[in-house]
Amino acid sequence: MNVWIAIGATVVGCYAVKLAGLLVPAGALERPVVKRLAALLPVALLAALTAQQTFADGQTLVLDARAAGLAAAAVALLLRAPFLLVVAAAVVVTAGVRAMGAG
Amino acid sequence: MTDRTVLEDADIGAKTDRAVVRDALGVGVAVGLSGFAFGVTSAGGGLTLLQTCALSLLVFTGASQFALVGALAAGGSPFTAAAGAFFLGVRNAFYGLRLSQLLALPRAVRPFAAQWVIDETAAVALAQPTRRTARLGFVVTGLSLYVLWNLTTLLGALGAEAIGDTDAWGLDAAGPAVFLALLAPMLKTGTERAVAGLAVLLGLGLLPVLPAGVPVLLAALAAPAVLWADGRRRVGQGETR
Repeated sequence: MNVWIAIGATVVGCYAVKLAGLLVPAGALERPVVKRLAALLPVALLAALTAQQTFADGQTLVLDARAAGLAAAAVALLLRAPFLLVVAAAVVVTAGVRAMGAG
Repeated sequence: MTDRTVLEDADIGAKTDRAVVRDALGVGVAVGLSGFAFGVTSAGGGLTLLQTCALSLLVFTGASQFALVGALAAGGSPFTAAAGAFFLGVRNAFYGLRLSQLLALPRAVRPFAAQWVIDETAAVALAQPTRRTARLGFVVTGLSLYVLWNLTTLLGALGAEAIGDTDAWGLDAAGPAVFLALLAPMLKTGTERAVAGLAVLLGLGLLPVLPAGVPVLLAALAAPAVLWADGRRRVGQGETR
């Protein structure tokens, strides 16, 4: 039930902001500070989420196979690999490190 | 003479249209297929098939979906989990602002078009030189991505249920890799990197001491904090000159 509450809130919230962008008059949110903040907010959230989903196990910090997978993804990004290849690199390397018995 | 010009114009127009459709399909197919990673992650995180598919059908903004299932899997409350997903979705409002001027959609169409206002459709549409090609790019990207994203979500969730332990296949690394791939092109200047670095420190530092889901929300404060510090530094530099 809790999961459905979370899904419902996310559905309503995410649709509302999409629609708001199309409906509010141009210029209403065009203040430079608002635009800068809107551009930086996803940077902060994505960075924190990347770190947490790589190094967290519940509420403890751990270093396991996922770190190797993420490093592989970072290398793939530096080599300008397409999106799917970046994700595949992380998955394959994580699975490989686990299969070798580490992490 | 006039006829030839018209013909040539039509020819150029057709070529541009084909190029737009090709670019849009390229983005739609590549990103649409990564719905598979979402389906697997969501099912691996304990959501049911129906819940997983409902997210892709109704939320349809990838980063928010991954964030929500990650927070729920980590034991976050439904409200902190939804708040994190919501804040990630706020950027779509700013895509909408720019798209509404560019596409000039009739009012009646906007509630339907809104669901497709995401990173990829905005990127394709905003790169087009004319309103016509922008509309074409938006529709082709939106449609191909929506159909594929939902189809691959379903397949991913079914696949995860079939293979059981998704972690053994390294599939728990798909979520963070998706976030990193979305983040990388945003790290253009020192300001973005400072925000990312501070957010990582806050997110990891607060993780052991605060309830699940809350550290991510507090890490978002890295954005206003760095913006404020940047502003002060600029004021300071202005005064010394």
